[in-house]
Amino acid sequence: MGEARILLRGDAAVMAGDPAEVERRLSMLELLWNDGFVRKAAIILFLAVVWEAYGSFLDNPLLFPTFHDTIVTMFDKVKDGTIPLRAWASLKVLFMGYGAGILLAAIFTILAISTRIGTDFLETMTAMFNPLPAIALLPLALIWFGLGNGSLVFVLIHSVLWPVALNTHSGFKSVSNTLRMVGRNYGLRGLPYVARILIPAAFGSILTGLKIGWAFAWRTLIAAELVFGVSSGQGGLGWFIFENRNLLDIPAVFAGLLTVIVIGLIVENLIFRTIERNTVQKWGTQS
Amino acid sequence: MSALLDVSGVTLRYKTSSVVVTATERVSFSVDRSDRFVLLGPSGCGKSTLLKAVGGYMKPGEGKMRINGREITEPGADRMMIFQEFDQLLPWKTVLENVMFPLLMTRRLPRREAEQRARAYLEKVSLARVVDSYPHTLSGGMKQRVAIARGMAMEPDILLMDEPFAALDALTRRTCQDELLQLWEETKFTVLFVTHSIAEAIKIGNRILLLSPHPGRVKAEIADVEQVSSEDGSAGRLEKQIHDLLFADTATAH
Repeated sequence: MGEARILLRGDAAVMAGDPAEVERRLSMLELLWNDGFVRKAAIILFLAVVWEAYGSFLDNPLLFPTFHDTIVTMFDKVKDGTIPLRAWASLKVLFMGYGAGILLAAIFTILAISTRIGTDFLETMTAMFNPLPAIALLPLALIWFGLGNGSLVFVLIHSVLWPVALNTHSGFKSVSNTLRMVGRNYGLRGLPYVARILIPAAFGSILTGLKIGWAFAWRTLIAAELVFGVSSGQGGLGWFIFENRNLLDIPAVFAGLLTVIVIGLIVENLIFRTIERNTVQKWGTQS
Repeated sequence: MSALLDVSGVTLRYKTSSVVVTATERVSFSVDRSDRFVLLGPSGCGKSTLLKAVGGYMKPGEGKMRINGREITEPGADRMMIFQEFDQLLPWKTVLENVMFPLLMTRRLPRREAEQRARAYLEKVSLARVVDSYPHTLSGGMKQRVAIARGMAMEPDILLMDEPFAALDALTRRTCQDELLQLWEETKFTVLFVTHSIAEAIKIGNRILLLSPHPGRVKAEIADVEQVSSEDGSAGRLEKQIHDLLFADTATAH
């Protein structure tokens, strides 16, 4: 039986005087392009240029105003306070409906994870009502709650409740068995267990539900306002769009639509992105 | 002196969608304070199920389990579980917060003292420099060491370890085993350790309970395991003996 031989090789020491390229700083352009915000801004800029070109080519402001006209009108309407007022009127109703919808979704899902019949109830209800467009309930809501915010809040709750409940529930169900056992090991049960273990562990799915719920609510609201518009003398953005179409002020219609889009972009890219960055991305549960 | 953990005549059954499986049948053993008690057996011998039952996650069909004379009815922080899976750490908490979490949830300590104790135990598993990192940035071995620190910081009656090193690579596993023994030398905690590796059982345990599969029954109990050493070859001989014991019937059955 012999001994194995160990040959010491000082490669690392020999090359110490001549350091290999371990790190290289990215160039300014590469750094900029790595920023999602910059890339998205570039896309929006490109779309604006296409819009402007097509608008000038068509040269018919009644059908398709240019980007420039739209921005000028939007600027005027923002300055004279119409758009901010209308947007605020819409957002106020939206927050009421969104908040109430989330609250109901929370109650439903907590019932669903604590009892089997609660699960069956939630699954049946979401299967029935999730595919039903909220706007289809508007005629009924108008009969029940009259022309006013009550009807709007009702349809908003319907549009928020089911996607949020569905995503939260599937998020809870996919929490790993290990984490559940860890929580119970520390004597957690009931609401503290939900709050300390299930909600943070399912936060990615919950956030997805909130995002979908937000988008549904926003588009339902604008559509509902277009249908019956004004309530208590103060219409929202949907009504603003409808009104200006009747006045054939098409640049203002475009300005209204653009405001709807901009608010959507802000909520998605500022609010939800910030929440994501500080939670699921920081925790490494979602990239 | 009465035993710390007393398991007598425990039969465990669990239901799948179509059948009732008997995981263990009339298993008895007792663990004394500062024991490193290993449950060893091939897959299907119900060792993990047994550990979960001691953890309070399932009730025995017959038999009794007592810890400190109290019957085990539900999970509790007097028996801290350490799992095989890396996702046992709460991903939304930093390493330090993970170790503090059970201390705070069970109201064992106020926040400041919990933090001190958590830091002390993280120091013990030499993870002091990653206290503020999130678990997803750690390697598998580091995650398991955080889980061990979290279990030990509670200073429970017994640590229940369910193949904690099975998912690690061979080198890391050896380091972790050495570290666990080192920690035991320092604090002499009691641990119930489940493994399917004979070598690991001999290295970790001072007592080994051998279980046979389908359903799990006690085959043998080996005491004074710490007397063997790998230097004079006695550990190797014990490993061979255990191997022969475990596979004696399978050889004849097939």
